[in-house]
Amino acid sequence: MVTADRVIDARGSFCPGPLMEMIRAIKTAEVGQVVEVLTSDSGSRTDIPKWAEKAGQELVEVVSRDGGDAILVRKVK
Amino acid sequence: MPKRLLVVGSGTAGLMVANLVARALEPKIQHHDVEVTVLGERDDYIYQPGFLYVAFDLMDPRSLVRPVRDLLHPRVRFVQDRAERVDAASNTVVTQGGVNLPYDYLVLATGSRIRPEDVPGLAQEAHWFYTLEGAEKLREALKGLQGGRVAISVGIPHKCPVAPVEFTLMLDAWARNRGLRDALEITYTYPVARAHTIPAVAAFAEAEFERRDIKVETFFNMEAVDTEAHVLHSQEGTDVAYDLLVTVPPHGGDALGGASGLAGAGNWYPTDRQLLQVQGHENIFAVGDTTDLPVSKAGSVAHFESEVVADNLVGLLSEGRRPGHTYAGRAFCFIETGLEEATYISFDFQHPPVVPTPSRSIHFFKQTYNQIHWANLKAVI
Repeated sequence: MVTADRVIDARGSFCPGPLMEMIRAIKTAEVGQVVEVLTSDSGSRTDIPKWAEKAGQELVEVVSRDGGDAILVRKVK
Repeated sequence: MPKRLLVVGSGTAGLMVANLVARALEPKIQHHDVEVTVLGERDDYIYQPGFLYVAFDLMDPRSLVRPVRDLLHPRVRFVQDRAERVDAASNTVVTQGGVNLPYDYLVLATGSRIRPEDVPGLAQEAHWFYTLEGAEKLREALKGLQGGRVAISVGIPHKCPVAPVEFTLMLDAWARNRGLRDALEITYTYPVARAHTIPAVAAFAEAEFERRDIKVETFFNMEAVDTEAHVLHSQEGTDVAYDLLVTVPPHGGDALGGASGLAGAGNWYPTDRQLLQVQGHENIFAVGDTTDLPVSKAGSVAHFESEVVADNLVGLLSEGRRPGHTYAGRAFCFIETGLEEATYISFDFQHPPVVPTPSRSIHFFKQTYNQIHWANLKAVI
């Protein structure tokens, strides 16, 4: 299991809130760091991985946790 | 001792709350049982939805500006100054001019600000229609446009979520009217996976863009502008070259929230989604763009929220009645789809919008609303 360097709790916010939180956090993260976004918005499960692919960042995992989804992305460039 | 309501902000939300309360409690204000004060930085009010029309030279900028005093109920006191800090512990707002304004109830209606400086090169290079000066500058740039590549870029969050779609569709219609369309390449970029955050608007916009030969780049989050090469870079690694760059800059809340220790990230106030109280403060309300609610930052939202907060304040100020009126996420946005047709979306927390077929009559209603707004502000209708 990968431990995130930064966790953002975006539960209760709707699209595009969680995705934008991830985009902002990756922007300011160091290469190699992992950002975790906790979300209760079902759209995030597809939107965030799609964004990671487009942006060339690494999707680490998507797991159900704490009444929502935890989506982890590593900044690779 | 009168009960004191202090409203910080003299935009749409601030004026509506103050006027609705003053109209409902006029006798109590007259008898000095209640006092309503608006604290605002500017002594004029600007109707921001008009900027879109100014950019296309369809509206005289002077028609968008009126003195705040003329729009306020005569029994509302207006203080022109900047709020520097809210001291929630002592129920006081301190102004830049050094005045202490005590309150029993506080309404924060400080709106949102564009932050083009958040994207390197954007402020120097891009045009926008989110300030009056910006809209006038864009109007002049469009007047001189003979052809080339026009790129539209969008930062999130921003106020009036449908405005980038409207601008793009109006630009297309405007260029066709001028016989310029074949000489223009229009590219619309957007930060998420589709052309708009609201799925129904995205589906509508994507179909219209395809029909009108407008290119779309999704997952495009502005990273920086190369001002020499005239290229906009995205965080995702895609580039868009342009001859004219029109942007909707990312927005932030007013610095007051951060300076007062009341606001969270982006200077937005953490707000109860039903009662619109700032979380942890029963006597402080946030209205309009300044909240952190998952609703559009739009004039209509400010309007509907103002009605809820004003109703609750009337009960609190007159009888100490607990707030019972709630906000359900109601929003209404016209969408101009060209120069002579429009559509609209109407929605709330529970009911996502559908986009009706655009028509001339909806466009006409929008033009009419541009005038009705002044009566709305005064809480006359």
